[in-house]
Amino acid sequence: MLQLKKLALTAIAGLFVANSVMAAELTVYTAVEAEDLKRYAEEFNKAHPDIKINWVRDSTGIITAKLLAEKNNPQADVIWGLAATSLLLMKSEGMLEPYAPKGVEKLDKKFVDKSNPPTWTGMDAWVASVCFNTVEAEKLGLTAPKSWKDLTKPEYKGHVIMPNPNSSGTGFLDVSSWLQMFGEEGGWAYMDALHENIARYTHSGSKPCKLAAAGEIPIGISFAFRGAKSKADGAPLDIIVPEEGVGWDMEATAIVAGTSNLEAAKTLVDWTVTKEANEMYNTGYAVVAYPGVAKPVEFFPENLLEKMIDNDFEYAANNRKAILEEWQKRYDSKSEAKS
Amino acid sequence: MSVTTSDNLPKGRPLTLKLGRDDLMMRGFILVIALYLIITLAFPLYAMLSKAFSTFQFDLSQVELQVSDQDGNFDGTILSAEALNAQLGAIPEDEMATSNDGRLSLTPLFPDFSFRSPVLYKIRGTTADTVYLIGSDRITGTDWHELDSNTFRRVVLRPVQSVGLSNFTTYFSTPSLFRSIENSLFISTVSTIVTVSLAFAFAYALSRSCMRFKGLFRLVAMAPILVPSLLPGIALVYLFGNQGMLKEVMMGESIYGPYGIMLGSIFFTFPHAFIIITTALAISDARLYEAAISLRASAWKTFWTVTIPGARYGLISAAFVVFNLVITDFGLPKVIGGQYNMLAVDIYKQVIGQQNFEMGAVVSVVLLMPAFVAFAVDRQVQKKQVALLSARSVVFEPKPDRKFDRICFIYCTLIAIFILGILGVCQFAALVKFWPYDLSLSLKNYNFDVMDGGGWEAYGNSIKLGLLTAFFGTIVVFIGAYMVDKTRSFRVGRGLFQFLAMLPMAIPGMVLGLAYIFFFNDPDNPLNAIYGTMAILVIVTITHFYTVSHLTAVTALKQMDGEFESVAASLKQPFYKLFARVTVPVCMPAILDIAIYLFVNAMTTVSAVVFLYSTDTALASIAVLNMDDAGDIAPAAAMGMMIFYTNAAARILHLAVSKGILKRTQAWRSR
Amino acid sequence: MLTESTREIGNGKAHAQGDAYLRIDSLWKAFGEFIALKDISMRISEGEFVCFLGPSGCGKTTLLRAIAGLDIQTRGTVEQAGKDISNLPPAERDFGIVFQSYALFPNLTIEKNISFGLENAGLSKSAINARVTELLDLVGLPDQGKKYPAQLSGGQQQRIALARAIAMSPGLLLLDEPLSALDAKVRVHLRHEVKDLQRKLGVTTIMVTHDQEEALSMADRIVVMNHGVIEQIGSPTDIYREPATLFVADFIGEMNKLPAVSGEAKTVTIGRKAFKSAGGEIPPGKEVIAAVRPEDIIPHGDVVTEPMEEPDNSITCRITEMEFLGSFWRCRLKCEALGEHELIADFSINAVRRLELAAEKELVIEIPSNRLKVFARPAGE
Repeated sequence: MLQLKKLALTAIAGLFVANSVMAAELTVYTAVEAEDLKRYAEEFNKAHPDIKINWVRDSTGIITAKLLAEKNNPQADVIWGLAATSLLLMKSEGMLEPYAPKGVEKLDKKFVDKSNPPTWTGMDAWVASVCFNTVEAEKLGLTAPKSWKDLTKPEYKGHVIMPNPNSSGTGFLDVSSWLQMFGEEGGWAYMDALHENIARYTHSGSKPCKLAAAGEIPIGISFAFRGAKSKADGAPLDIIVPEEGVGWDMEATAIVAGTSNLEAAKTLVDWTVTKEANEMYNTGYAVVAYPGVAKPVEFFPENLLEKMIDNDFEYAANNRKAILEEWQKRYDSKSEAKS
Repeated sequence: MSVTTSDNLPKGRPLTLKLGRDDLMMRGFILVIALYLIITLAFPLYAMLSKAFSTFQFDLSQVELQVSDQDGNFDGTILSAEALNAQLGAIPEDEMATSNDGRLSLTPLFPDFSFRSPVLYKIRGTTADTVYLIGSDRITGTDWHELDSNTFRRVVLRPVQSVGLSNFTTYFSTPSLFRSIENSLFISTVSTIVTVSLAFAFAYALSRSCMRFKGLFRLVAMAPILVPSLLPGIALVYLFGNQGMLKEVMMGESIYGPYGIMLGSIFFTFPHAFIIITTALAISDARLYEAAISLRASAWKTFWTVTIPGARYGLISAAFVVFNLVITDFGLPKVIGGQYNMLAVDIYKQVIGQQNFEMGAVVSVVLLMPAFVAFAVDRQVQKKQVALLSARSVVFEPKPDRKFDRICFIYCTLIAIFILGILGVCQFAALVKFWPYDLSLSLKNYNFDVMDGGGWEAYGNSIKLGLLTAFFGTIVVFIGAYMVDKTRSFRVGRGLFQFLAMLPMAIPGMVLGLAYIFFFNDPDNPLNAIYGTMAILVIVTITHFYTVSHLTAVTALKQMDGEFESVAASLKQPFYKLFARVTVPVCMPAILDIAIYLFVNAMTTVSAVVFLYSTDTALASIAVLNMDDAGDIAPAAAMGMMIFYTNAAARILHLAVSKGILKRTQAWRSR
Repeated sequence: MLTESTREIGNGKAHAQGDAYLRIDSLWKAFGEFIALKDISMRISEGEFVCFLGPSGCGKTTLLRAIAGLDIQTRGTVEQAGKDISNLPPAERDFGIVFQSYALFPNLTIEKNISFGLENAGLSKSAINARVTELLDLVGLPDQGKKYPAQLSGGQQQRIALARAIAMSPGLLLLDEPLSALDAKVRVHLRHEVKDLQRKLGVTTIMVTHDQEEALSMADRIVVMNHGVIEQIGSPTDIYREPATLFVADFIGEMNKLPAVSGEAKTVTIGRKAFKSAGGEIPPGKEVIAAVRPEDIIPHGDVVTEPMEEPDNSITCRITEMEFLGSFWRCRLKCEALGEHELIADFSINAVRRLELAAEKELVIEIPSNRLKVFARPAGE
């Protein structure tokens, strides 16, 4: 019966499939913003015109889900620009090819996988921040918060919005950073208090900042990059870096184990750690892996680099399931009481 | 009477017809289309069901340990992790069940554990397949690994896959998950009651009064069908959100939550209820009203004894259709639901947010239940209504009544304002530069290419999907309906086909989409190649909207003379000549109806395709969702309105073509 | 009795069995548990016009569809022109068919409807046109070719359906209640046309009808069916004059049915009076039904004014009611000797005038012995 089913499927598949793979083509999975991809490929092709990149782009969650779903039959050759926490997940599935790119030693150690040889290398950091709408705050008589703890003050009740860690990578990054900064107990106590002020949890990580920009909710817990963009668009925003420190994740690169284009993949990954590549990342991200290349980005908070916590990605990855379960138990089930 | 005639059939095998070329071809077609439905419906659903029962558990028997003394010397005692736990009970049984990304630390097995301790640990797998992690490094095999205390802290077990009910146990012991059942039922019930009441009053006013602008009202009432279900959510944000135009109306209540979902649901389900109830009212027999008048029954009494009972099947059917639409809808609660969890959104959160496919499958199974019940009841009621339809005859003609007509007019105007208001607000929001700070008008929100969601290409993809779905869908559906209606004998095959054709109506779009992931994304599936292509989107859309299209086709075919095929056979003509020369031309209006139905739904559907689109095949409806998700609400509204205008244009084109065909074929269509 | 008549159908047309154009042998049709046709056998000669006649649900249409291959029989064989066609699909059989609903293709012109089967039969375009013109002339609608079916009357449409059915000169023409959907007047008119056409073409024809007049006026032979069995096969006059069963007697024409008891030597006792009858194979002393048609009752005039010796099989009756039906009078008679049962008699206008018959008048009537049929009484009556 199963054989028959397969046979039938094969027959039908024959009608649809017309696939061929060329030697110098790489399928690259990425979560980098669509508008940046073209630039990345162009820059890379200046150095290596013989390798063609076929992008598969989607949001972090979906690309992660896609990669995991393809675990036993990977379609990607290289992952270029996906959250390190996601790559750790792949690593623990044995899906990544360990490889030390040429020149990796020049990168900030924080940005390189600690295994030897490393399975992934970071590109740039993606840092949490608070978007604060000054116009609406004035209308509501709110003072600007300086720290995470400030956000639990009663005056902000219903005026804070943050992403749901269950659906947003940014949300998880916030939660895991609080747990690391304030300790397990302190972290949950902090979130209990914060929960009282949260208007609601959004599905995506950029939405809180956009809602803050639109004045819908004056304070949005989001990430700095988004805030800078909205501010550049003319939103009356201040981007606040809480003084306790901020969580962050990085965009990283890795070779997918089992790729049939290992040489080309290595060429690409070698290039991704070069100075030129890091200068390219710098257009959108203030913090990049190659020390000393970063130039300030417009509207980006200046003290950001110092405030980045010493993020334990392994902790975040291995405790992810437990953290999310706990979070869901605490805040997701009672949330409708608010409405 | 004849002496040789016995009443009993002689023994033997029944005679079977030698199959002619036509029979073989028609059966071939049935089998091909049935196979299509099996592959695109039955197999994926099976894959999803098995996923729901695929569980993940930690298996402590997979590792063995050794512990050293304070000086780091091992005495050779091998400890089984399983035995240790049995002894200590450190890790309770219910924590053994987990999901695919679960991690189990082994330190609870050693009550004295401290990361500062000088004690060393050794660990090995008991089988070659054992997998555990030291930090994020994946270790397999049965070799011993020696670790210091601080490293041992980082050792975690990976779960192993098995089959069982534990996903369901987890589901029903997680309040945030199963609470959604209650929420979904509550929202659906309330929305159903309100929508059906409003739609009934609207349909009643249109069919029983002599007010003006009936055609216009009818047109307005149908408008919500042309937009994705999440569009009203966006309008509601602009109307009643914190920066909303009418936020005072909410009196401090938040629109994000049940109020928003209900209001939006009323908007997008209104036309569905309206169509069904209008049909039900249209078949009421005028003679009953004449009888009521001659008995001097009051208008009130007439309403309750004639109108309501006459329309009861329509009302029940409308109620179940609306209930089903609301409970399976995903876009609206996603946009406006806030923290109010609904089943369909839970599936999305589990799959996209947490990559927990198994739990997504479990929620899907839960969501299938109410949808199935609603479907079954609706089918029963539909059958009864058809019986009623054929028995009735005289059409009711309303008489002018100034007071009643005025009340009807005012009521319908209010409903029309509600519907047009929602659409108008979306259009306005799309044109405003930066709500609420800069109200000048601009087209910058139409610059989709700089936003997430796929840009103008997504819009182009949607039109492509709409056209492909309409084209191939209509062909598949109509040929399928023709074959199942006209093939002689072959009872088993036709019965199976009928069942498969009716099934999609009971399957929520989200569930179908998820089932497609499981089925088509399986590397062992030779159809894997269509995953992530336009083809899979076309297929899922056709399958998702198969039932209504099929019923439309069957209804049209049933209206044709059943003896055409016999005549053609007697004239030695193949069935396909008859099909091309007679069946298709005669059924052309129905064929166009199917095409426009598929096109409009392909343009607006979110739930069926949300798991299946890829970067190259982003869709306009998905772009609305994703732009809203990213906080780009105004562009989301702009894209939503683009879908509206496209669908409206398609409708107008459909109307013109249908009218043209009817006019051209008037000579033979009516006497 | 029936067996003989079904197996030996050589009456009138005098065809030997081997010559039969259509042979049906031991044909059964079951729909699940329900047996729609039971052991049907018959022979139809070439050029014959046969009607299947019976009430609705008797199986006549089922039999026709089995012959056409549209709904295949469960058991039994059908042979056409010496070829076993029992399990051939319709397209491989040789017949033309006309349905009650006409089944004309609504979107094709009359011409196109007629030429539908001719188009890929290897004919040239001009040959097809000539044939269509010929057929339109044949059915008497020469100028209607460019119209659509919906623009014609029901009678005209049925003629077109007929033209289409004979376009390819089939060996067998099947008519399934072809006239039932038409107005009474058109129906009578078309009967003759169909019959003429059939005679002209000489095509073997089977027509299904529930209308006995239609069957009697058109058929060479009638097959009377009831509950899935053949009750009688015979010429219209045979069927009418010599009904083989009580069902046939009752179904075709009017019939007085009187409970009676059989006696010796073909006598039968109705009420108190014994009559001579046409007889049958019923032994004496059985409860039977005596049957006589109203028009077979002979009036012999007033008892008082015209005293004469009562002829055999005569009886005195009183007229209780008279009804004028145009060409004759229908009278209800109460006859003391017969007990409760009333007789219905049709008297010619002539006879009524001559005998000065009127309500409440008494008269003597005669039931001719050769017209008095005796049938076994069905169970339960």
